[in-house]
Amino acid sequence: MLFAFVLYTVVVAGAEASPMKPNTALHAVAQELIDAGYREKQAVTERLTTIDDPKTLLFMQIMVEGDLYYRKDDRVVVIKGDDAVTTFFSGEEVTLESKRDIKKISVNNKLRVLLRSGIARLQIFSDDPEMRMQAAVNLLKSAEDLDQTTLEEALDKEENSDVRDVLLLVKGIRMLEADTEKERLQGVSYLSGSLYPDVRGALANYRRAAEADSRTEEIQAADEALKKIESLLSLNSVAENLYFGLALGAVLLLAAIGLAITFGVMGVINMAHGEMIMLGAYTTYVVQQLMPDHIGMSLAVAVPAAFLVSGLVGVAIERGVIRHLYGRPLETLLATFGISLVLQQAVRSIFSPLNREVATPDWMAGTFMINPALELTFNRLYIIIFSLMVLALLALILKRTLFGLQMRAVTMNRPMASSMGIRTGWVDALTFGLGSGIAGIAGVALSQLTNVGPNMGQAYIIDSFMVVVFGGVGNLWGTLVGAMSLGVVNKLLEPWAGAVVAKILVLIFIILFIQKRPRGLFALKGRAADMG
Amino acid sequence: MKQEIKGGPLTRLIMNDVAGRRMMMIILAIAIIVPFCNLVFPEGSALHVSTYTMTLLGKYLCYALLAVSVDLIWGYCGILSLGHGAFFALGGYAMGMYLMRQIGDRGVYANPDLPDFMVFLNWTEVPWYWFGFDQFWFAMVMVLAVPGILAFVFGALAFRSRVTGVYLSIITQALTYALMLAFFRNDMGFGGNNGLTDFKDILGFDLQADSTRAALFFASGIALILGYLISRFIVTSKLGRVLVAIRDSESRARFLGYRVEWYKLFVFVVSAMLAGVAGALYVPQVGIINPGEFAPINSIEMIIWVAVGGRGTLFGAVIGAVLVNYAKTYFTGAFAELWLFMLGGLFVLTTLYLPKGVVGLWAQMKDKFMSSGGGGNSGITTGSSSGKSSDQKTSKEAEGNA
Repeated sequence: MLFAFVLYTVVVAGAEASPMKPNTALHAVAQELIDAGYREKQAVTERLTTIDDPKTLLFMQIMVEGDLYYRKDDRVVVIKGDDAVTTFFSGEEVTLESKRDIKKISVNNKLRVLLRSGIARLQIFSDDPEMRMQAAVNLLKSAEDLDQTTLEEALDKEENSDVRDVLLLVKGIRMLEADTEKERLQGVSYLSGSLYPDVRGALANYRRAAEADSRTEEIQAADEALKKIESLLSLNSVAENLYFGLALGAVLLLAAIGLAITFGVMGVINMAHGEMIMLGAYTTYVVQQLMPDHIGMSLAVAVPAAFLVSGLVGVAIERGVIRHLYGRPLETLLATFGISLVLQQAVRSIFSPLNREVATPDWMAGTFMINPALELTFNRLYIIIFSLMVLALLALILKRTLFGLQMRAVTMNRPMASSMGIRTGWVDALTFGLGSGIAGIAGVALSQLTNVGPNMGQAYIIDSFMVVVFGGVGNLWGTLVGAMSLGVVNKLLEPWAGAVVAKILVLIFIILFIQKRPRGLFALKGRAADMG
Repeated sequence: MKQEIKGGPLTRLIMNDVAGRRMMMIILAIAIIVPFCNLVFPEGSALHVSTYTMTLLGKYLCYALLAVSVDLIWGYCGILSLGHGAFFALGGYAMGMYLMRQIGDRGVYANPDLPDFMVFLNWTEVPWYWFGFDQFWFAMVMVLAVPGILAFVFGALAFRSRVTGVYLSIITQALTYALMLAFFRNDMGFGGNNGLTDFKDILGFDLQADSTRAALFFASGIALILGYLISRFIVTSKLGRVLVAIRDSESRARFLGYRVEWYKLFVFVVSAMLAGVAGALYVPQVGIINPGEFAPINSIEMIIWVAVGGRGTLFGAVIGAVLVNYAKTYFTGAFAELWLFMLGGLFVLTTLYLPKGVVGLWAQMKDKFMSSGGGGNSGITTGSSSGKSSDQKTSKEAEGNA
């Protein structure tokens, strides 16, 4: 049905661009089809497949789906879509008074076989390589749609090597049913190592057949081919988990970068860090409510907005509370925890305790195909790129701006920085604001991946601390390596141990790791290390 | 306070601690009077204490013992454990397992060998770690041993590798978080999400009966007093002085030749065991134990009880636990929306303005009162200052109330 719908939209789009008059040959055949009985239809259909017309393919595809109708009173061919009826040749929408106004141009199984092979032949000789590829992949499912000579012809003509490879697989599948053992073995050799699920299915069927007739050599060959496929598939799943792990690492990285500033650089234990993330996510929600017609743009607006909102709240927290608690880390921990409770409840009171719906822009959706068995989603890729961009930006700010210089100066030696004329109080406030603002940006990204609710910050606070502590306090590279390795380890453990146990194992690992290296993976050396 | 009273160890312990002694007497009185009023006076009488109130107060007593255990390590040794809820919950689970075995064949599935949730999971036999929990004495040993061993292993690792300060706080939080995740799993054999519940009786006495509840309440009171005395004994001993030295300057204490990690380990284990006992007394009174008790927020809430009451005083912890929990009961009932605002505000205000807690406020008040020529007051009646009072201005108001 979906396929039909896509076709239908293609038709409408095409028709709007250039309204076409009914083509004579195709139109005539269509009129013949309306009147013909099944037996005559066969002959008509065979003729249909030879008509050289850009719309022939579409006609057959709609017909085989059973969506081709005609209007009884004027014999106009129409397409019945999911929610509208349009004429086939002119693409105009038709309003029907009753369902009975139109009648189906019915097809039976014989006709379907004819139509499919017609479609396959048309597609396989199409000028568009993508269409040829599509046709070839479809043929894997039903290799018998194309007769041997056409297949050979297609193989001879094919110039695109990717399509050729798939066509060879089709040939291989057909050869599995050949009469001589030699040919069948040849077919197996074509199929070995292919990742298409249909090929695997065909090989498995073939093996079963071989077993039934106890053809040992062929069983062995099939086993070998299947084994090769299996090993490739397991490699695939490792790659997939690696990708998931990197994506999880990117999420952890985003959540932890802000903390790497507030905790790592300033030494402030900000338990309200998770709530800064939450504020960023809610900012995204509000931005989307304000511009419901531009969801695609909303994220671009939300990133700076979230940075500002969380950053300002961060500055307020620093000026109002944390400023009074420097040098008392445990008290800071408690006070900021209190703030986190207040923020959670505030959001709960303002927005309701339920999760809010944050829309995902279209450009975030979709997947890209690495190989037939491995499809990766775009949003994870974006998150990975985005997190690295944020990290790079932060590194730039720290290393290349005046503010970054002052920040590092204050961290290293507060009295000396103060004597040099740096307003340490302001630098503290802005540093905390920067860390909080980045948490807000993380919230925008996370709003695309998880539920946005009052408790979402809680879910990340422990993980964020783990990343920072594991990576080494006060070191951005440590945060990057820490986040990515924890993410990947977590995801690689998951298939083997299950999600919860993987998480527990990672936690235990970090607890033990801290014992071994209390200052993390990349510990600061020298005087700064003694101040913690 | 100034003059050291001599005598046997117990005499010295009790007689030199005026505030603590008074509080212990109040708790003892409550532990006797409340069950008495509940059992002797009929319902409807003005002196009757309802079973609900008694259970609630019993819960507070367990929390108070837990707060004492937190204060022992945080107030006196500077170890801010954000995972003490784990020890509390483990003690609770040990008790819960005993109570589970006591159900016998009275469960929904009427299986004489397996608790209901195991039948539900199609298990055929009780896992090995449930062995022995049908014996009360064994369960009681485990109430102490399980938190104690966990604290020993964890502490030995952490203290020996000198994980201190906020790092320790964070990994203790990770510990309780990991335990929470683990206990949520059905495969762990502790009832998963639902935890252990539907208890029937303890030592053959019906848990729903008022007399059993009264006995549990009394036991909680006594446990609190004993726990307080043990903690008090530790902190007034020579070892306690070393602990305070470690709190104030760990490296200096180490350079003076003290094996800092062993002192810390000792007090950490004792504290964990006290928390375990509190959990074990808590479970039969509330009738359920589930993995939610491991939630990191619970552990942090315990810290605020101590901070509100007054860190490093032990009796302050008791006051803080009762005050905060009373406020929680009241506000979650009356203004549920406001409770988290209150609790959050409490965290901020206490750390900013009340570094010594309510108890410190009392001393501060007394100083002012004395210097302005007024007489002293007795007893721990700072409850009226409600823990919200903070700076100079509000403390004057509180003075007026007193």
